Amino acid sequence: MVALATPRVAGGVAPRRRPWREPSVLPGFAGALGFTLLYVGLIILLPLAALAARPWEHGLQGVLDAILKPRTLAALRLSFGAALLAAFVNVAMGLLIAWVLGRYRFPGRRIVDALVDLPFALPTAVAGIALATLYGPNGWIGAALARGGVKVAFTPTGVFVALLAVGLPFVVRAVQPVLDDLDASLEEAAQTLGANPVQTFARVILPALAPALITGFALAFARGAGEYGSVIFIAGNMPGVSEIAPLVIVTRLEQYDYAGAASVGLAMLAISLLALVAVNAVQVAMSRRGGR
Amino acid sequence: MSSPSVGARRVAGPVPGILLAVALGWLALVIGAPLATVLAQALSKGVGAFLATFSEPDALAAIRLTLLVAAIAVPLNAAFGLAAAWSIAKFEFRGKTLLLTLIDLPLSLSPVVAGLVWVLLFGARGWFGPWLEGAGIKVIFAVPGIVLGTILVTVPLIARELIPLMAEQGADEELAAITLGAGGWTVFRRVTLPNVRWALLHGVLLCNARAMGEFGAVSVVSGHIRGLTETLPLHVEALYNDYDFVGAFAAATLLAGLAVVTLAAKTVLERAIR
Repeated sequence: MVALATPRVAGGVAPRRRPWREPSVLPGFAGALGFTLLYVGLIILLPLAALAARPWEHGLQGVLDAILKPRTLAALRLSFGAALLAAFVNVAMGLLIAWVLGRYRFPGRRIVDALVDLPFALPTAVAGIALATLYGPNGWIGAALARGGVKVAFTPTGVFVALLAVGLPFVVRAVQPVLDDLDASLEEAAQTLGANPVQTFARVILPALAPALITGFALAFARGAGEYGSVIFIAGNMPGVSEIAPLVIVTRLEQYDYAGAASVGLAMLAISLLALVAVNAVQVAMSRRGGR
Repeated sequence: MSSPSVGARRVAGPVPGILLAVALGWLALVIGAPLATVLAQALSKGVGAFLATFSEPDALAAIRLTLLVAAIAVPLNAAFGLAAAWSIAKFEFRGKTLLLTLIDLPLSLSPVVAGLVWVLLFGARGWFGPWLEGAGIKVIFAVPGIVLGTILVTVPLIARELIPLMAEQGADEELAAITLGAGGWTVFRRVTLPNVRWALLHGVLLCNARAMGEFGAVSVVSGHIRGLTETLPLHVEALYNDYDFVGAFAAATLLAGLAVVTLAAKTVLERAIR
């Protein structure tokens, strides 16, 4: 995205007024941009305008009342908290899987590589009922866990478990290209200088992968926090305990409380965007400190 | 990925073996086990019960609606992706970054919110709700709402495949064709489209899989009327909630099959691109 941005005039020299577009002999600009803007306007901007405007029908107090209700707060905490925890696990396991796929040759590697994307392609409702059954009292894993006294399905833990699958491909696909492009001579140099494999990994490889890991973390987190289909069947949906934020929106809508539903929706979008901005800031700071 | 990187090596020694086992074990747990559960449950009462699901009129109606929604949403998003990529990648103008940010925004949206926004606009108490009711047009709890929810969720998928590729390719070939006297449409059809056809197909595949499988956004705007406004994923939910597990997982198998076929086609395509 950054690479596509129009170059800014650097320094303090006041730029001469540039035309808003640079001339080109290529045809079709007006038509293509016109259709693009119309589409973005109708499909993205108009709906978002409604999301931004509808919560304030009962003033700021109305918005605060809707969001600060204990039931809503508990749901927001569960959705974002479980997404955060799952994103941390996804970073660790995603890194391991990207490493194994990139560095080792084993039979079936290509199939395994393709299967990593399954959570992208599998409809969330399918994943949802499968997880609820798998971890349910009679499921393959649920029955085994029950013997140990552990309950996953229909508890907040179930939300976390469901999000483990949802976020995994984001981390693997963010790390993979960087890992493949990593300069092997750096690793060889580290080893020649006497670093053991653990030191080489921690001091040479991990810093190079950090930006990609953070990107994957952010994507997994944002997707997990808003996830509905994979989670709703296994969550249990007990208000204040195992109810996720998107379900609160659905419930409000069923009661025709549009302002309340929009308040929660707007809060969710705001938190997600803030998290993405924060992650972006961390990456900028890291690339500055990294020199060059 | 397909070309062996410099550091690639065969599995030897205890550490790589352990790492490999943990990675594959995790994938089997997180991805393999749910997929196996779908199949096992769908076939738990035999092939007959499995197939019986698909002779139910409601299931057929759900399949038809799912195909219809994808047939509207995917071409529209493909046209949008091409138009957006043409204007953003081949021309220089101010406000590009803002436009790109807006196109990416639906990716940060919870699917439920992507459904909610249409209710806020067109629902009974929405901005345009009373007007639509007066005109006798039904959007929410009807097919148009399902299409809109699906489009909003999938709108960036094709554009994001095309924009970086077309930006990287630049406009030199198109400019050469124009200089040689080709018209605008000819340039687009004979120069631009062949250059991006694999990326376009890749985007269409992903967009289609997501459109046919969308649950959250569609669930909010559908109204869940059996045989009328139930897509296949919603039908899966309805059967599951009715304790018809064989039916639910049989319908889910169809969707899981779509996902696996999409992944296979995507993998083949990615090899063709490289």
